[in-house]
Amino acid sequence: MYIYKLNRTFESEINVQSHLIKIKSMKTKKILLTTLVTLALWSCGGGDKTSSDQSNAETPKSMVPEPEAYDPKRGEGKWTAENLNLGATLDAGMASEGEKISGVKCTSCHKMTEERLVGPGWQGVTTKRTPEWLMNFITNPDPMIDKDPEVQAMLELCLVRMPNQNLADQEARNILEYMRKIDGVK
Amino acid sequence: MKSRITTTVIAGLALVSMMESCKPKSTSNAVSGDASTKAYVAPGKHDEYYNFVSGGFSGQMSVYGLPSGRLLRVIPVFAVDPEKGWGYSEESKPMLNTSHGMVPWDDLHHVQLSKTEGEIDGRWVFGNANNTPRVARIDLKTFRTAEIIELPNSAGNHSSPFITENTEYVVAGTRFSVPSDNANGDVPISSYKENFKGYLSFISVNKESGEMDIAFQIECPGVNFDLSRAGKQKSHGWFFFSCYNTEQANTLLEVNASQRDKDFIMAVNWKKAEEYIKAGKGKKTAVKYAHNVYSDETHSATSTIKTEVLVLDSKELADICYMMPCPKSPHGCDVDPTGEYIVGSGKLAALIPVFSFDKMIKAIANKEFDGDYLGIPIIKYESALYGEVKKPGLGPLHTEFDGKGNAYTSFFVSSEVVKWNIKDLKVVDRVPTYYSVGHLCIPGGDTRTPSAKYLIAYNKITKDRYLPTGPELAQSAQLYDISGDKMQMILDFPTIGEPHYAQASPAAIIEKNQLKLFKIDENKHPYAAKGEGEAKVVREGNKVHVYMTSVRSHFAPDNIEGIKIGDEVYFHVTNLEQDWDVPHGFAVKGANNAELLIMPGETQTLKWVPDRVGIVPIYCTDFCSALHQEMQGYVRVSPAGSNVPLSFHVGKTAEETPASK
Repeated sequence: MYIYKLNRTFESEINVQSHLIKIKSMKTKKILLTTLVTLALWSCGGGDKTSSDQSNAETPKSMVPEPEAYDPKRGEGKWTAENLNLGATLDAGMASEGEKISGVKCTSCHKMTEERLVGPGWQGVTTKRTPEWLMNFITNPDPMIDKDPEVQAMLELCLVRMPNQNLADQEARNILEYMRKIDGVK
Repeated sequence: MKSRITTTVIAGLALVSMMESCKPKSTSNAVSGDASTKAYVAPGKHDEYYNFVSGGFSGQMSVYGLPSGRLLRVIPVFAVDPEKGWGYSEESKPMLNTSHGMVPWDDLHHVQLSKTEGEIDGRWVFGNANNTPRVARIDLKTFRTAEIIELPNSAGNHSSPFITENTEYVVAGTRFSVPSDNANGDVPISSYKENFKGYLSFISVNKESGEMDIAFQIECPGVNFDLSRAGKQKSHGWFFFSCYNTEQANTLLEVNASQRDKDFIMAVNWKKAEEYIKAGKGKKTAVKYAHNVYSDETHSATSTIKTEVLVLDSKELADICYMMPCPKSPHGCDVDPTGEYIVGSGKLAALIPVFSFDKMIKAIANKEFDGDYLGIPIIKYESALYGEVKKPGLGPLHTEFDGKGNAYTSFFVSSEVVKWNIKDLKVVDRVPTYYSVGHLCIPGGDTRTPSAKYLIAYNKITKDRYLPTGPELAQSAQLYDISGDKMQMILDFPTIGEPHYAQASPAAIIEKNQLKLFKIDENKHPYAAKGEGEAKVVREGNKVHVYMTSVRSHFAPDNIEGIKIGDEVYFHVTNLEQDWDVPHGFAVKGANNAELLIMPGETQTLKWVPDRVGIVPIYCTDFCSALHQEMQGYVRVSPAGSNVPLSFHVGKTAEETPASK
C-alpha cells in the first residue's frame, strides 16, 4: 500500500513537471536527467507546494485589438442610415411615446436643455450626431464608450459610463423621435 | 559510454533522494502532485458545476463552483441576512413569518434540486428548516427564496426536503415526534408512547409555478424519522424513510434509543395514499401554519395562515406503510439510480444492508411478515434483503452513486469514504477524509444518470486543515476526483455554517436560465417610482412614504424636510437601472434596521422611525460608479408638532430652495 502510494506520487509529479517545462516526450537523456533532478528537488519540499502554472489564463478579450475599423459617424451596432428609415417630418405619436420612456429610463441623468446633469443635455444632440450613431449608442453603449473618441472625451467630463438601459428597438426609435422634437423637427 | 554511466548514476541518485523525501509527513501529503491542476480553474474561466450546499445552523444555502471550490453566492433562506435586507425590508419580512410569528433563524440541513423524469431540470432547489419545521423553494432563475411553507404536526423536520422523480412531492418527516397540534399537548413527557406521533408530510409542487401545498400527511407511530429518499424508475411511487428510536424513549436517547438490534426503514406507498385521498379517506384536521410566497412582479412577499390539513392514519389504512428491519439506528436511506437497491446505513452498525425493491414487493405480496410494529406490518429482514456489505468501516452515514454500479458511503467514526460494488457488495477502494465526514455529494448522485466526475465530502470537524481562527473553525468540504478506479483527493474548501447534504448540477442546465434584471415596466410594486418624474414624498397621518429612485449616481429625492419625531418613514427605493450587475444599496444613519440592496428594476422598502431631531444622512452602500461616493442625501428631522412643511427635491441649489430660509 505504501509503495503503491509512492508510485502514484511519483507519476503525478512527472506529469506536473513535464507540463511545466513543456516537454511532450523525453527524447534525450539530458532532458530526462534534468527532469529527474528537478523532480527530486521538487519532491523534497515536503509536498506542500501548489502549482504556479498560470499558462491556462488567456489574454482578456478587451486587450485584443478589434480587426475592423470603428466608424465614428455611425458608431457600433445594428443601425445604419438605410435600416433606420428616418422620415423627413416628425412622427408626433412616436415622439410622445419616446417622452414617456425617457421619463423612466433617461431623465434621471439627462436634461432636455443643453445643460449637463449626470450626462450631457439633449438639446442639439440630433444636429451633433447622426441618427444611426444615436440609435447605436443608446442601444449598445458599452463598446462605443470603449472606442468612440468623442464619447471618451465626454466620459472624462462626466465620469459615469452611460448605463445600458436595455431599450427595445421601438423604444430607442421613439426616443430618437423625441430628441428630434426637442431639436425643433416639425 | 562513460557519460551513460554517469547519467545512470545521477538518475539513480535522484530517484533514491526522491523516494526518501516522499515519506508522508502530514495529512497534506495524502494529496498527490497533479491535484492542483485538476481543481484549478483559471481566472476568468467558469466552473463546470454548481454546488448547492446546506448552510446548517447558518440557516442559509451557499453556492460553490466546482471543481474550484469558489464561493459564488450565499442565498438567504431561513435566517435574516442584513447584507441583502432579507427579513429587514418590508417586502421580505413576511417570508420568515410562521404560526409562531416571525422566526429569524433556522437550521437548514438538506438540499434537493427539482427533477423531471429522474434528472435535474434546473428550475428550483429546495431546503428544509430543521428547528421550526418548514420547507423552502429557491428559484434558480434568481437564486432567491421564492416560497416557504410551514409544517403542522411536526417537530425537527429532518427527513426533508427529499423529492420524487418528477417533483410531484417534496416530503417532510418529523424527527422529534410530538403530540399532534390539535391534541392537548399538556401531557407528561413520559406519556410518549401514548400521546406522541410521527407525521410524514407530502407537499405537492405545481408543475408550472412551483407553488407548494401540503397535499396530505400520514400519521405514524411516535419514532424518530431521520432521512428519506424517493424510489425511482421501477420503485417510483414509493418513498423510504429511516426510523430510529423505535424504543420510543423520551430521555437519554444516546443510550435508550440504542437498545434494539434493529430499527426500521419504512417504505411508504404514496401512490396508494393518493388513492385513499381520492376515495375520501383523509381526515380534515384543524391546524395552523404559514405559507409565504414572494412575487417577482410586486417584488413583495405575502404570508397566509392556513388552518386545515388532510391526514391519513397509517394504522387504519392498509397497504400504505411497511417496516423493513435495519440494523442499529439507520441514518442514511439511499436509493440507487436503477431504483432497485435501497441502502440503509445503521450509524452504529458494522455492516451496510442493501435491500432489494423487487424482493420487498414479493415479500409484501406473499405476506412474509414478522408481526407488526404498532400496527404497521414488519417485512422479514431476509425477505427484503439483497445482501450486506461486511466490515466496510465504522459509522456508515450516507451513500451516493456513480451510475457505473458503484456506491460511495461515508463513515463518520473511521473518517473515510468507501467505494463498493453494488452487485457483489465488495469494497473496491477507500480514502480518508479530514475529519468525521457526514454527507457526500456526486453531481446528479441521486438521479438516474449521475455525472460521476467528482465526489465531495462534507466534514463535521476541521481541526488542523486551515490556519487556526480561535476556538471556532471553518467547516470543511473536500473534493475527490472519482473519474478513475481510485478516488483521489484534489481540494479542501471551507463552507458556510455546517454543511449537511449538498447537490451539484452541471452548470449548463442552470446558467442559461439566469435572470439578469427585472424589467422596470413590469414592476407592479404599489410604491414603485418608475422614473424620477414619479419620485415624491406623501404623508398619511404619521406615516410618510418616500417614493425614491436610484440611478448612477444619485437618489431622487435626496433632500427631504418636514419629517417629525413620531413619524414612521418608509423609503420605497426603485432602482431605475436596466443593466446587469448594477444594484444600488440604501442605508439610513441610526435606523434600527439593515440596509436595502435593490436589483435593477426592483423596488424595496426600508422602514425608519427617527429617534432624534437633526440632520440624518442617507447613502448608497453598493459601489455603483466613479461617483458612488457622491450618491448620498439628507433628511431633516424636526420635533413633534413642528411646522416645517413637508418638502423634497433633487438638484436644487440653496437659492432655489424655499425651506432653506
